[in-house]
Amino acid sequence: MTTELNTLVTEAESAVEKAADLVALDQVRVGMLGKKGALTAILKTLGSMEPAERKETGAAVNRAKQALQQKIEDKKGQLESAALNEQLSKETIDITLPGRSRHQGGIHPVTRTLERIEELFRRVGFDVAEGPEVEDDYHNFEALNIPEHHPARAMHDTFYFPDGRVLRTHTSPVQVRVMENEEPPLRIIAPGRVYRCDSDLTHTPMFHQVEGLIVDESVSFADLKGLIHDFLRSFFEQDDLQLRFRPSYFPFTEPSAEVDIECVMCGGEGCRVCSHTGWLEVLGCGMVHPEVFRHSGVDTEKYTGLAFGLGVERLAMLRYGINDLRLFFENDLRFLKSFN
Amino acid sequence: MKFSESWLREWVNPEISTETLLEQLTMAGLEVDSVEPAAPAFENVVIGEVMEVELHPDADRLRVTRVEAGEDELLTIVTNVADIAVGEKIAVAKIGCVLPDGMKIKRAKLRGVESFGMFCSMGTLGLQEESEGVERFPADTTAGTSVRDLLGLDDQIIEVDLTPNRGDCLSISGVAREVGVINQAGVNEVEFDSVAVSSEKTFPVVVENSEGCPRYLGRVVEGVNPAAETPLWMQERLRRGGLRSLGPLVDITNYVMLEMGQPMHAFDLSSLQGGVVVRSARAGETMTLLDGKEIELNEDTLLITDDNGPLALAGIMGGEHSGVSDETTDIFLECAFFAPLAVAGKARSYGLHTDSSHRFERGVDAQLQQRAMERATQLIVDIAGGVVGSIQEVADESAIPQAETILLRKERLERTLGLTLSEDEVTETLTGLGLAVEVQEGGWKTVPPSWRFDLAIEADLIEEVGRIYGYDQLPSTHPELSAEIRKDPESKVALRKIRQTLVEHGYHEVITYSFVDPQMQKLLDPECEALALANPISNDLSVMRTTLWPGLLQSLGFNTKRQQSQVRMFETGLSFVPSDSGLQQKRKIAGLIYGESSPEQWGSSGEAVDFFDMKGDLAPLLSPLDSAEHPLRFVVDQHAVLHPGKSAKVMVGAQALGWMGAIHPGVAAELSLPKNIYLFEFDLEPLQKGNIPRFEPLSKFPMIRRDIALLVDQEVSAQALMDTVTASVSGELLRDLRLFDLYQGGNLESGQKSLALGIFLQHSDKTLTDEDVEGVISTVVERLESFHGAKLRD
Repeated sequence: MTTELNTLVTEAESAVEKAADLVALDQVRVGMLGKKGALTAILKTLGSMEPAERKETGAAVNRAKQALQQKIEDKKGQLESAALNEQLSKETIDITLPGRSRHQGGIHPVTRTLERIEELFRRVGFDVAEGPEVEDDYHNFEALNIPEHHPARAMHDTFYFPDGRVLRTHTSPVQVRVMENEEPPLRIIAPGRVYRCDSDLTHTPMFHQVEGLIVDESVSFADLKGLIHDFLRSFFEQDDLQLRFRPSYFPFTEPSAEVDIECVMCGGEGCRVCSHTGWLEVLGCGMVHPEVFRHSGVDTEKYTGLAFGLGVERLAMLRYGINDLRLFFENDLRFLKSFN
Repeated sequence: MKFSESWLREWVNPEISTETLLEQLTMAGLEVDSVEPAAPAFENVVIGEVMEVELHPDADRLRVTRVEAGEDELLTIVTNVADIAVGEKIAVAKIGCVLPDGMKIKRAKLRGVESFGMFCSMGTLGLQEESEGVERFPADTTAGTSVRDLLGLDDQIIEVDLTPNRGDCLSISGVAREVGVINQAGVNEVEFDSVAVSSEKTFPVVVENSEGCPRYLGRVVEGVNPAAETPLWMQERLRRGGLRSLGPLVDITNYVMLEMGQPMHAFDLSSLQGGVVVRSARAGETMTLLDGKEIELNEDTLLITDDNGPLALAGIMGGEHSGVSDETTDIFLECAFFAPLAVAGKARSYGLHTDSSHRFERGVDAQLQQRAMERATQLIVDIAGGVVGSIQEVADESAIPQAETILLRKERLERTLGLTLSEDEVTETLTGLGLAVEVQEGGWKTVPPSWRFDLAIEADLIEEVGRIYGYDQLPSTHPELSAEIRKDPESKVALRKIRQTLVEHGYHEVITYSFVDPQMQKLLDPECEALALANPISNDLSVMRTTLWPGLLQSLGFNTKRQQSQVRMFETGLSFVPSDSGLQQKRKIAGLIYGESSPEQWGSSGEAVDFFDMKGDLAPLLSPLDSAEHPLRFVVDQHAVLHPGKSAKVMVGAQALGWMGAIHPGVAAELSLPKNIYLFEFDLEPLQKGNIPRFEPLSKFPMIRRDIALLVDQEVSAQALMDTVTASVSGELLRDLRLFDLYQGGNLESGQKSLALGIFLQHSDKTLTDEDVEGVISTVVERLESFHGAKLRD
C-alpha cells in the first residue's frame, strides 16, 4: 500500500510542478484530491482494512494529502503572480510623455510690481486709496499748489478735455481727496494710471505711479528718508543699495527731493541704462507743502506730512531687466508669458 | 542752463576739483545734466601771422604763404583761402597736429609746392558747427600763441537742469552765489565803471500796464560802430553758454543775460516812431517777429509798442523791423522787469520759448535793472564806442515785489527736518544765502535778498537750511507706527484674488491704453458718445473707452499677427461713460478667449473654445454671487457686439453685472478679426462683494440620488427646467441638482432635445423612505410636464 501511495504522490507532485497554468493545476488537484481522485479513492478503501493497517494507512494518506495540498497552493501562488506580472508588463505606459495641462496665464509685470509695492507698504500700516482718472483742474493742479501759468504746468504735458477737465498727470490728486475726506493721522498709498501727452522711446502717454502719504503730528524729513531707504532696499532685495537724496522742486512738497539709486544694472560703475552716471532717478518726494494742507483743510501747525511718488514702469524695468518701455502696453503674449 | 567752468571760477574759485564741483551742484539741487570739454582735444594749433602771399605757380585756386608761427623759420603753407592777405592773424595747425575730425597734419606737396601746415577755421577746430571761412584774429594777438591758451579751451561746458523755482541761478552770478555758500567761499562780483553820460538824447517811455511791467529802463546810445566785432573772449563765453554770436549789440545783451540773469533788448533807434509805450495788445493786432513769423496777438499779451504799433512781445521776443542790424548806429536799449505772470504761459501760447521768456517766467531780480543797464552800456562803449544818453526809468514801486519778512521757528525747523542744529549754524547758512538775519527768541527773523524771490514762507527757509546742510547728511529714522488694527472686511473679494482666479484658468493680464480709436469705440459701443480728448496724441488714441473691449480686441489682433493661436486675456480698469448725471468712471473686468480650448497635447482633440469654456472659467467668480434671494442668471438678450444666439446678459437678482458671449460675426469682420472670439465684461464692484461662509450641520442620514431623463422642445432652457425642479422640492431636501447629459439629433424628432438631471435628496433628521423619494420625484415630473411639456424618457 505504502509503495503504491508513494508512487502516487511522486507522480502528483511532478504533475503540480509541470502545470503550466491554473487550469492544469486544478486538473491535478481534482485528479488526486477530488471526489473521484486517486487519494480520495485510497481513503475510501480504509473501511475494509484491519484496524492497525487502517490507522497506519489513514495517517499516511492524510500526510500525503496535506503535503500535496500545500504544493498545489504554492504552485497556485506562483502561477497567479506570474499572470499578474505578465498583465502589468502589458499595461506599461511611457511615463515620459507630456502631462495633460491647462493653459497657464499670468499677471502683467506692472501689476506684479504694483502688488509688490502695495504689499510692502501695507505691512507697515498703509491703506490703499484710489481716485478718478478724469480729474478736475482743482485736484490735479490748484490744490497741489500749481496755479494756472505755473512753470511746472508746462512740464506736465497735460491731456485736456474740452470742458477743462484733465486726465490726471500724477496720482497726487488722490492725496488731496483723501485729506479732504479723512482726518489725520493718515497713511495711504495710491497706485494707478496716469497720463502725459508725450510718446517716444522713453515715454508712453499712459503709465503708472504709486503715491504715498503720511500725515501725522511729528512726521519729519528724517522719517521720509528712512521710509524711502527701507522701501527701495526691500524692493530690490539689496541691503547695501546705495541711495542719494537730491534737493529738487515740486510745488506740492517742501523740502523736496529726488531720489537716485545706485544703478542696479552696473552696480554704479556707469552703463547705458544710467547714462554712465552710476545713478538712476527712481522717485520724487518731500514734506507736504503748507499750501496743499491749507487747500485740503489740514491744520498746518498741528500736522506735518510726507509724500512720495514713484514710477512703476521704471521700477519694473529695473527689477526685471526690461529694456523697452513700450513693451508694457503692446501686450505681446510672448512678453507677458515671461512673467508667468 | 549751460556755462563755462572757467568763467564760473572767475566769480568763485574754491579749491575743489571739477568732479567735486559737479557733485556739489547736483547735491545742492542744481542737477548737472552734462559736462563736455569746451573744445575737442587738439594740439599744435597756434596763431600764425601771414608775412607773404603768392599765387601758386600751378593752381589758380591755391596760394603759397609764408607764415610766422613762433618757429625759428617762417612756415610755408599752401592754402585755398583765396582772400588771404599779408598781416592777417590766423589759426595754423602745424605738422603733428591731429584735428578733431582725425585728420593728421603732415608735410605735404600740393601741386608741387611743399606745405608745412594748414590754416584752420573755427569749424575745423570743432568750435563752431560751421564757419564762413577762417577766423581773423585781432591784430594785437602774438604770433605763435597756442590757440588753446588764447581761447582758454581747456575748460568744461557744464549744463545744469534747473527746477522752475531757481530762476535766480539762470546766470553765472547766480550759480556763483550757490557755489560760494556751499563752500563758504567769497564771490567776486564783476567790477566795471559806469560810463559817464555824454549825450542829451533820450527817447520817451510810457508804461500803461505797470502791473505787467513794474520797472522799465530805456537808454539811447548813438554813434556805435556798425563794423565793430564781438571780442573772441565774449564769443567763446556765449558759445559755451549755448548762444551763437549775432553781432556785438545782440551779443552784449545776451552776455549781460548770461552774466547777471537780466534779459535785455536793443532796438534800432532809427526804426522807432514817437515813443515807447508798454501796454497790453489790442483786439486784432498782429506783428511780425524777429524770425519772420507773423502772429495774431491775444489781448492778454504785454507789448512794447511805438506810434506805429507793436515792436516786441514784452520779455519774449523782438519784432522783425525794430531790431538792430549790421548797419545800426543808434540804439535804444531796454532793460525791464516784467512780472512773471505777465510772461508766464504767453510765449507758449505763441509756440515760442526764448531765453528771455524762460527767465522772466521764472522771475528776474527786480532790483537788477539799473546795474545791468550800466554793464551793457559799458560793454557797448568798450567794444563799439558811441555816446551815451541818460537812463530813463519808469517804475511803479507798488507793483515791484518787495522782500517780506519771514520768520523761521527753531521748533518747526527741527520738527520738519528731524534734526537739531546750532543757532549759529542756521544763522550762518541763511546769511550766506544773502538773507538779512536777526536772531530772535526761538528762531530767526529774516528778509531774503531781492534775487531770492522764491523764498516767501517758513517752509522755503527750512528747505534752504536742509539743502545747504546737505540732504545726505540729514538723519534717517523710521516713522512711528500706531499699532491700531484697521478694518479689513472678510466679505470683500480682493481684486488680486479675482485676477489670480483668471490666471489659474489660463488668462494673461493685459494693460491697454484708456484712450482708444474713435471708430473702434463706436463700433464696440454704438449707443454711447465717448468722451473725446481736446489734445490727443494721435487720432487712434483720442477718445476715452466706455468698454475695455477695444483694447482687448486690439491686443488679440496684435498677437494673432504674431502666430499666437491660443489666446486668453483679461484686463481690469476704468471705463468712462458719459451720462446725464455726469461722467461715470467705473471699474470693469473684461476678457476674451480665442483659439483652441486646451493646450495642444497628444491625448486631446484640440477643440475650439466655445461659450461654455468661458462660462466655466468665470464660474469661480460668478457662482459665489448666487443666492436664493438674488439668483445668478444668464439671460437671453440683445447686444450689438455679440452673437444673438451665443451671448448672455449676466444678472444677479435684478442687477445686471455685464455681458458675455461670442463676438458678432459682423463686428469681427469689420475689425478684420477671426470669428471664434468670446468676450466678457462685468462691473468689478459687484464681483468683489463676497459672503462670509455659514456652516450648516451635516446630515447623518444617507443621500438618495435619482436620475431622470427628459424629452423637451429645443427652446426650453435648462435653467427653466432646473428652476422648476428647485421650486418643486420642499425645504432643504434638495441637496444638489446636476444636469449631466444633453442629447439631440440622432433618433430624436427634430426640434427636441433630451436632458438628464441628477436629483440629490437628503433629510436632515431622518432616512428618506422609497415612498418619500417617489413622492418628491413624481411631483417634480408632473410639474416639468405641465410647465414645460417635458416627457419622461425610459
